[in-house]
Amino acid sequence: MMRKNILPGFGLSMGYTVVYLSAVVLIPLATLLIQPLGMGWDKFFKAVTSPRAVASYWVSFSTAMTAAGVNAILGLIASWVLVRYPFPGRRLFDALVDFPFALPTAVAGVCFATLYSPIGWLGKPLTDAGITVVNTTTGITLALIFVGFPFVVRTMQPVLADLEKEMEESAHSLGANRWQTFRRVLFPAILPSLLTGFTLAFSRGLGEYGSVIFIAGNLPFKTEIAPLIIMAKLDQFDYAGASAVALTLLVFSFVMLLVLNLLQSWAHKEPR
Amino acid sequence: MSTKATGDPLWVRVTLIAITVGFFLLFLFLPLALVLVEGLKKGVEVFWAAWTEPAALSALGLTLMTTAIVVPLNAAFGVAAAWAITKFTFRGKAFLISLLDLPFAISPVIAGLVFVLLLGSRTPFGEWLGTFGIKIIFSTPGIVLATLFVTFPFVARELIPLMQAQGREEEEAALTLGARGWQIFWRVTLPNIKWGLLYGMVLCNARAIGEFGAVSVVSGHIRGQTNTVPLHIEILYSEYSITASFAVASLLVLLALITIALKAWLESRFDKQEKETGV
Repeated sequence: MMRKNILPGFGLSMGYTVVYLSAVVLIPLATLLIQPLGMGWDKFFKAVTSPRAVASYWVSFSTAMTAAGVNAILGLIASWVLVRYPFPGRRLFDALVDFPFALPTAVAGVCFATLYSPIGWLGKPLTDAGITVVNTTTGITLALIFVGFPFVVRTMQPVLADLEKEMEESAHSLGANRWQTFRRVLFPAILPSLLTGFTLAFSRGLGEYGSVIFIAGNLPFKTEIAPLIIMAKLDQFDYAGASAVALTLLVFSFVMLLVLNLLQSWAHKEPR
Repeated sequence: MSTKATGDPLWVRVTLIAITVGFFLLFLFLPLALVLVEGLKKGVEVFWAAWTEPAALSALGLTLMTTAIVVPLNAAFGVAAAWAITKFTFRGKAFLISLLDLPFAISPVIAGLVFVLLLGSRTPFGEWLGTFGIKIIFSTPGIVLATLFVTFPFVARELIPLMQAQGREEEEAALTLGARGWQIFWRVTLPNIKWGLLYGMVLCNARAIGEFGAVSVVSGHIRGQTNTVPLHIEILYSEYSITASFAVASLLVLLALITIALKAWLESRFDKQEKETGV
């Protein structure tokens, strides 16, 4: 298979890749996978299904879902604006999209907790209006919207830029109005990448820790996210319990990625 | 202006731009402004004191050291992996590529956890290392390992598509002209991929400096010893030293802004290279 290739260095580069990948990623991960074997099925099951853990899965899942949904809509609008409309300051806005990627999560967390605290810039008017953000799932969702936003925009931008204007022109000359063109012509073409962006934002949100814990208040059964349960169990040196919850979260996010990948391949096949 | 077929009505444009600008103001500009205002609230002296306090300096030192170890290691790995993947054909290539992306799909807390499970003082391996006086978890090596894990894919995933697009003709030509293995790499490949490599390293660097969840698990939070800058910010914040916390955070915000500026600049270099070479 490699006879035709005359370039050197396959053995060295491949060997290094495999050894480094195993040492840094695969062997540590395998340690997590074999944990249930050591702790016994009963104990494992108990840790996975403890009411507090189950509540935390739901908090993590529902907030990550909502945030990814909001990001899909806002991200689509923002990338449409950035690709299609020339307006002053567009380049600055475009560069700032990456700010959540570049900003350490702990700083984001501290900022959001302060902004939305009852005496904060945004928290005060909201509190006056009877809306509490800190220590609620709304707060968690807001933090996750911040963290997930670049995923959708950076996925959508190249796709929107590559859309052929001929498609819209023919739709127009066939009598479609702008909304019909968007719904029937443009949207089906961009749906697969929108789903990709959604999936990336969701999967990031599910495991997010730093930006969430400050604003969440971490009340058990209410605003305690799954990664925090892992952290709490580790603080008590309950390695088995921590691994059980971690494995659940891991399996969960892989299943979600799989489902959304299937959904995406279905959207690809959908006739345009 | 745009034609009727491809342009949106004015009210649509205005509404969508307003939504976008509003979102940016609320979610991106406001946190930025807050950090500066809160950090400087009590004057430049308090701001300066927050930075010159020994705990802050030691946190900065640890963060810089971790980053200085992690970025070159992951960059070297990224180049090796991209070379193997893009210059050769072998079975299981798609599988290998998806393995490289694995750390991005895993919660940072879990990334920290796996190292505690493997090397913590209560595990067989950790105990064995302990007999030699080697401590990894709750100590600097653990922080380096956890950071290596979470920043693992950055360089590789930038280089693979780039080197795929460049093909291997240039390297093959160099080989026919008598160049040796490393000569080909230094003289032909590296100049071709330098911007992509730098791009990956910039992203890797930003994440290495800012990593919180994974490092928090393995650090043990020993002040002045195993605290990185993000962990130091958390401690200050939870002690209600809000001004100090934001003063320290402002440096990380500045670094984040430099990162996105570098990123935008490198992207413009790519476009230029694309136009010049057609690759």
